[in-house]
Amino acid sequence: MKITFDWLKDHLKTNFKEKNLLEQLTNIGLEVESVESLSSDNKLFKVAKIVKIAKHPNADRLKVCDVNVGEKEFKKVVCGAANASEGLITIYAPPGAVIPKTNTKLEVAKIRGVTSYGMLCSESELNLSDESDGITELSKKYEKNIGKSYFSKSKSNLIDLSITPNRPDCLGVRGIARDLAASGFGKLIISKEKQIKSKTKQTLKVKINKEKGQGCIAFGSCLIKNVKNTESPQWLKDKLISVGQKPISAIVDVTNYVMLDINRPLHAYDADKIEKAIIVRNSKSGEEFTALDNKIYKLEQGMCVISDNKGVLGLGGIIGGTRSGTEFDTKNILLESAYFDPRSIRNTAKKLNLDTDAKFRFERGIDPLSIEIGLKKASSLIQEICGGEASKIDIQKIETYKTKTINFDVTSFENIVGFKISEKGMQRILTDLGFIIKKKKNFLNLTIPSWRPDISQQIDVIEELVRIIGYEKIKTIDPIKDRSKSTLTQTQKLFHFLQRAIASKGYLETITWSFTDRNYNNHFRETNKEVKIVNPISSELGVLRNSIFSNLIMYMSKNLDRGFKDLSIFEIGPIFTGSNPGEQKTVVCGLSAGKKSRLSWIDKERNIDLFDAKRDVVQTLSEAGYNSDQFFIDSNTPNYYHPGKSGRIFLDHRKDKVAAYFGEIHPNILKKVDVKTENLIGFEIFLENLNSSSKTLKDQKSKFAVSDFQKSERDFAFVVNKDVKAQELINAISNVNPNLISNIKVFDVYEGENIPGDQKSIAISVSIQSSEKTLNDKDLEKINNSIIEAVENKTGAKIRS
Amino acid sequence: MSELKKIRDEFILKLNGKLDLIELNQIKSDLFGKNGLISSQFKKIATIDISERKKFASHLNVIKDELQDKINLKINEIQNTSINEKLKKEKIDVTLPERSFVRGKIHPVSQTIDEISSIFSEIGFSVEEGPDVENEYNNFTALNTPDNHPARDMHDTFYLDDKRERLLRTHTSPVQIRTMLKDKPPFKIIAPGRTYRSDSDQTHSPMFHQVEGLHIDKNINMGHLKGCLNYFIKEFFEVKKIKMRFRPSHFPFTEPSAEVDIGYEVKDGKIIIGEGDQWLEILGCGMVHPNVLKNVKVDPTKFQGYAFGIGIDRLAMLKYGINDLRAFFDCDYRWLNHFGFDPLDVPTNYRGLSR
Repeated sequence: MKITFDWLKDHLKTNFKEKNLLEQLTNIGLEVESVESLSSDNKLFKVAKIVKIAKHPNADRLKVCDVNVGEKEFKKVVCGAANASEGLITIYAPPGAVIPKTNTKLEVAKIRGVTSYGMLCSESELNLSDESDGITELSKKYEKNIGKSYFSKSKSNLIDLSITPNRPDCLGVRGIARDLAASGFGKLIISKEKQIKSKTKQTLKVKINKEKGQGCIAFGSCLIKNVKNTESPQWLKDKLISVGQKPISAIVDVTNYVMLDINRPLHAYDADKIEKAIIVRNSKSGEEFTALDNKIYKLEQGMCVISDNKGVLGLGGIIGGTRSGTEFDTKNILLESAYFDPRSIRNTAKKLNLDTDAKFRFERGIDPLSIEIGLKKASSLIQEICGGEASKIDIQKIETYKTKTINFDVTSFENIVGFKISEKGMQRILTDLGFIIKKKKNFLNLTIPSWRPDISQQIDVIEELVRIIGYEKIKTIDPIKDRSKSTLTQTQKLFHFLQRAIASKGYLETITWSFTDRNYNNHFRETNKEVKIVNPISSELGVLRNSIFSNLIMYMSKNLDRGFKDLSIFEIGPIFTGSNPGEQKTVVCGLSAGKKSRLSWIDKERNIDLFDAKRDVVQTLSEAGYNSDQFFIDSNTPNYYHPGKSGRIFLDHRKDKVAAYFGEIHPNILKKVDVKTENLIGFEIFLENLNSSSKTLKDQKSKFAVSDFQKSERDFAFVVNKDVKAQELINAISNVNPNLISNIKVFDVYEGENIPGDQKSIAISVSIQSSEKTLNDKDLEKINNSIIEAVENKTGAKIRS
Repeated sequence: MSELKKIRDEFILKLNGKLDLIELNQIKSDLFGKNGLISSQFKKIATIDISERKKFASHLNVIKDELQDKINLKINEIQNTSINEKLKKEKIDVTLPERSFVRGKIHPVSQTIDEISSIFSEIGFSVEEGPDVENEYNNFTALNTPDNHPARDMHDTFYLDDKRERLLRTHTSPVQIRTMLKDKPPFKIIAPGRTYRSDSDQTHSPMFHQVEGLHIDKNINMGHLKGCLNYFIKEFFEVKKIKMRFRPSHFPFTEPSAEVDIGYEVKDGKIIIGEGDQWLEILGCGMVHPNVLKNVKVDPTKFQGYAFGIGIDRLAMLKYGINDLRAFFDCDYRWLNHFGFDPLDVPTNYRGLSR
């Protein structure tokens, strides 16, 4: 909402300065977004006319214009606008002028070899509107103003307020003045309603169809005959320009002025173009009309339209149509002042993807009692400027507005805000805001002003009071340092533990978007459902990720392109298995590329490999409190891993849920996404699949028991079929006697000479120690034999002699 | 001259000469071996006349100690010389680089979340979570933002179906709803997490992070809200004083609502929080709207309290001088390395937020 202090003073008598105004506006919840000075430079922007256009010698799209700026010589201006044409009256900015939108100062510049003296401006460059296609087009009436400043000489700054959606009343200057007055910033000036003395009836019939979902509640109108539409008088033009509006014609300007002044949208029809009568009805499916934005809209059934016998004239409360628009030669006009249901407005605008100023106001709720005031104000102004005779006001309605009242318990104020004010003070503020107060025994009975659709219960009144009194009056109550519940749950603790455990192993934590490119995602989706976003930012971010790998690979690739070769990154976050709330899992996903060591004076070069990832995963899980001795590992992994060089980890032999995957990324994927690196290794840990132990650290510590009896080390070498896994041998050994055998380690795997082609040799060392005695040779021999026997029986291995 | 003295003088002379380890061992065995000269003298003790025996024995011991000490000294000397010679050869250039190491880092957003949790933990808040995919009811309707409410326009929502029933949460506020539906008051929670809006430009990212706060109990009023946020901001920015401004605003799910600005100034191109006369908006808050409490079956005549929502990314940017929001999610190795935190730097109550 754009206002000026000058305009505010039409409604507010105040001695304060603009600086105080800005503070006060923000203090009462009408946030000042920006303050633009239109005064210092704006006289430089002049009404000008393009006299001649020549093609730019070096650029097809550019034109070289001779521009009449009211001086003897024409200015040469290079312009790229498609609508620049000979005879067009527009706005010229000379060198030295500061373009309001970009805040850049113009200089004489050579554009593709041709010197340009200044610029022809678009409406958006002047902050007049969002129109940025082409330069401003002014009506012929401006011909006599060539060379004169386009902007008024107003000294008042343009103040842009961010009005929250609950305050439609502040979309009019008067509403803002009322709030300011209530806060003690001045006195609201009582508006003098001009009484139009009219004897003629409004002869154009208006009917609101009573049908289901009728969006128009009331339709007020006034017929003004024999007007002479003209350019607005200077005061009106100045007023509109001062808040960044472009004057068009007196009739349109008056309706805009009334809308901005008291937030009462109006629409003016050329009465001669209306076929017999106005019918407000629901649209039929497929009906079309051309709106004032020159676009044709095809309507669905049930949208609120203003129509005549011929068809749709406009979408009620959203946009008018071209067929019945007013022009300079319009003689008879019908002024509309209606009340539309906010829901209906919003539904229609949403379906048609239409956003207009009228829609913005109606969907927030217009004062239903302003129909008559608006018509009176506008018709008297039109009569004043354009002459003509106004009819009596006609109001059709399907419902009568009923005033709302609430009972306000004054003690509730202190309960919510924590401090007290006197009942008298409350009454003064509420009265200033337009409430009518009846004092009852234990409460105040309040009649809510018709322009405040946002107020319906006690809390709304409390807000009004504390807002006007000022939030700085609220006391600061220091928090108490007391904790009755633990801050994090077990799972949350595990989340943070895993996060930092992985990072401590050399991985950089990344945070990537929860959505991703479906082409990348498909590599990792497996049989999961694709979760599409209906309205993505771009097609490359069209699906929720089924795996974190898609993003990590994409970004890994980008980093490799930046010239980094050896890199480990990870992310802990959600992946999605469906489009319902809760169909998501938390995954720790890591990815490493390149070499583990590269070109060093001390270490041999070595590619990163799956055992690096396996170590990181196993170590992390151990650190998190899971016993790695019990892990069960096999090689069933999703298809995006290398089928022979990847594994999955279960926390124990029950193989309940997969705790983690690790391994090389499938070479086909590397090829398809074009990642250039020596090796790409990844892992995924599934947080929800780790049964979080409910044991505290205190409980986890069992009794400390170690053996001081002599420990023996024994080595074994077994020859076994190649498809037998080392884990099977280890399990066989550990099951022999877990009380005596520990520290089982594979220290060599050998294939080749002296070993049959389909077999391999696995060398394992174990520690044997009793907690009861020193084992003698005989004991050890017995255990040795048990080990060999167990391994041979369970795995088909043979001890190497 | 006694025999003992002769042995002594002879060997002292020998030991004063230049000897290697072999020669020394030979001397050692000559003297103290099984049939060594000194050993033999000890054997003689028994045969010596009682009157002389004591004197002889003491004399023998003195000589034995003297010779032994001399030999040990000599052995040490030789060993030291050989170690010293070895050390001379074993000099290595210690300025050669160590074995390479890599440092992992924690993302600034994660670090900031931990900082926030640590601060709120101290004043009794616990951490709640909710799903990223929400239904329309939890994200809007239950939060007093019915369909057709213009406030919905402020949230550019990502939808997952054409009926617009499932969406990516546009704020962390639905966690309020889930928490209150699940439990009974009082509630005192924060809920950090990912949030999504279909808005993408220099200062907006389609995904960002928020932390929700909710405190519902009997008699919790706006003063408590002010106190809580004042405490949080001071702790978070690690400053003693903070300039804070509560401004009336509007959110459908709180009333009265406020936006909170903090004072700052720019010194040498860096933002200094808590000083100066510039204002920076950092969060929205207010008293939970009675309609919201009714929606989650909490009696608004008995319970009341406040809620707030803070942009985590923005807090991190302000605290750590990060200029570009988009870089948070760009995974540039150099950026992560620069702005990331060592995993051992865990923000805690006792050691504080930073080093």
